[in-house]
Amino acid sequence: MYAQMVKSTGKGVKTREEMSEDERAFQDKIDADTKIEPRDWMPEEYRKTLVRQIGQHAHSEIVGQLPEGNWITRAPTLERKMILLAKVQDEAGHGLYLYAAAETLGVSRDEMTEDLLSGKMKYSSIFNYPTLTWADMGAVGWLVDGAAIMNQVPLQRTSYGPYSRAMIRICKEESFHQRQGYDIMMKMAQGSPEQKRMAQDALNRFWYPSLMMFGPSDADSVHSAQSMAWKIKINTNDELRQKFVDQTVPQAEYLGLSIPDPDLKWNAERGHYDFTEPDWQEFFDVIKGNGPCNTERLGDRTRAWEEGRWVREGLMAHANKRAARIAAE
Amino acid sequence: MADTIDRTALQQFLLRMGDNTLILGHRVSEWCGHAPVLEEDIALANTALDLIGQTQLWLDYAAEVEGAGRSADDLAFLRDVWDFRNVLLVELPNGDFGQTLMRQFLYDAWASIMLGRLQKSADERVREIAEKAAKENAYHVERSADTVVGLGDGTEESHRRMQAALDYLYPYVGELFESDATDAAMVEAGVAPDPAGLREDYDALVGRVMADATLRLPEKAYVHRGGRSGTMHTEHLGHLLCTMQWLQRAYPGCRW
Amino acid sequence: MSSVNPSAYPDTDSDAAPPRKEWPLWEIFIRGQHGMSHRHVGSLHAPDSEMAIKNARDVYTRRNEGVSIWAVESRHIAATVPSEKGPMFEPSESKVYRHPTFYDIPDEVGHM
Repeated sequence: MYAQMVKSTGKGVKTREEMSEDERAFQDKIDADTKIEPRDWMPEEYRKTLVRQIGQHAHSEIVGQLPEGNWITRAPTLERKMILLAKVQDEAGHGLYLYAAAETLGVSRDEMTEDLLSGKMKYSSIFNYPTLTWADMGAVGWLVDGAAIMNQVPLQRTSYGPYSRAMIRICKEESFHQRQGYDIMMKMAQGSPEQKRMAQDALNRFWYPSLMMFGPSDADSVHSAQSMAWKIKINTNDELRQKFVDQTVPQAEYLGLSIPDPDLKWNAERGHYDFTEPDWQEFFDVIKGNGPCNTERLGDRTRAWEEGRWVREGLMAHANKRAARIAAE
Repeated sequence: MADTIDRTALQQFLLRMGDNTLILGHRVSEWCGHAPVLEEDIALANTALDLIGQTQLWLDYAAEVEGAGRSADDLAFLRDVWDFRNVLLVELPNGDFGQTLMRQFLYDAWASIMLGRLQKSADERVREIAEKAAKENAYHVERSADTVVGLGDGTEESHRRMQAALDYLYPYVGELFESDATDAAMVEAGVAPDPAGLREDYDALVGRVMADATLRLPEKAYVHRGGRSGTMHTEHLGHLLCTMQWLQRAYPGCRW
Repeated sequence: MSSVNPSAYPDTDSDAAPPRKEWPLWEIFIRGQHGMSHRHVGSLHAPDSEMAIKNARDVYTRRNEGVSIWAVESRHIAATVPSEKGPMFEPSESKVYRHPTFYDIPDEVGHM
């Protein structure tokens, strides 16, 4: 999802016999659905995996501001402008909550930011795709937020307390995001021939990248098994992807738009839609930095960070001066 | 609203109010996703949201007074440069974060005084809009003033940048206090105060904040004018409109 | 071993750290409605307490969530140490007589 390829650092799930006494007590708490809190004992691998996962999730929210931010100044009505601005602002807020959750694990937000800009930490592949028409604002809300919500709702139950609380707040705020996207799609699909064409084109371009958001199949991954045992991952990537397809197909039908997959069909036996897997080579290319917008996205974030340095330092210097003046009185 | 009022003048006044918030709100929204720190990004988006919300109220009323069947969106998205009535200050480019916040403060300070007076307007609608906007603006001016002070009295670099921002923007401040026949009609109808009469309070407020910010107000600054009368704009406005109005212009008559 | 620790979080409790460049972390508490107590809603960064309050207003009350805000720098929060949970909290578990359900009062007596 927003954290697509998080590798746990361990070598797979330990058996109870292989665990130390601390590890057993830790696993027992998780099995009993007791939340782990910042100062509780935790395996170092659990901490590191969480920092990576929450950090990647936070970076995705921040970079995720950019493709939609691309249209704030071109929104077609005052109301659409406000809705889009409020939504992109929410994403900044969600990034902030998630960074704060990661900070409880002993890593600072500035460190994480520098790791993002140096390429050491990743963000979701989806945000390396361009937003070309206004219908893309609909498609992003409907498909990208739809896929994100699918992953985030179960994560509200994740074992790490601060992460879980951040997800609860995020899910509450996100509830309007997907709906506003679908609302744009409805207007476009019911609009002029050009608007309909934009809507279909947006679906064509965002369908497979949305399916990629769940990450490659991880049914056989030891990393996923460990993350699931720790309840920092709740469902497999394939489960979530299937759920997303099943939910989205009827929504596309309602819009009168066709999913760009000739082999998509209902499988009565499985009770699910059969569908074509995305091109995983493309996915790995994007992750490696070769997506259509990787350079622009990281360039934008780097510029904001570099050009903002004097502001951050200026306000901090003023706060220190004032504190010193007050102390001297 | 009194029937005897000059409707053209009232409409012009409402456009001046609404175009200021529209253009400034648009400028501030350009920051979304690019601010120096997350907390500032979120705060700027709140300011932009308030300003665009105020725009809707001012332009709705302007369209109603005009009585030509146009909507607030029509006014925002289908007028060309010469019909805009915002002051030049708000259409100037964002520049660096310091220039954006300096422009914001110079506008907020004026709006805080203007909106205060408009809450005593003889026109009920104007009074209502001003009441809502004044609450939002009270927070904006506090925040932008704090930031101007923090950056002015911060590091050497931040001080230098803020002084440069003030030097660049100050010649655009005078226009806020120009009075013409439209203003005279508004004063006579009790709708709005004479802009010239706001200057003293403004100078006191701005002087206080600049002193705290250790910044120097330019002496005898030239006054760039023409935005609120519509006789002159900067070249920047046309580019802003190109972006803002593009969809409505390229695909006329669509519902979005 | 002390049962309190200077901070609620790991690695954020060092006063001896070199002069900070990063804005400090603040914990934000919001009173949702009049009459309720302030509740912890999350954290943010700010150079000083005034900006912390303003940032909290912009970050944590976007949906009309609050009527009052408290901000406290994270490193100033004293917290219990999880490993001392036994001695800190378990002794009160056995004091069942502090709870009203411990006492059987006949129904005829009425509500008490």
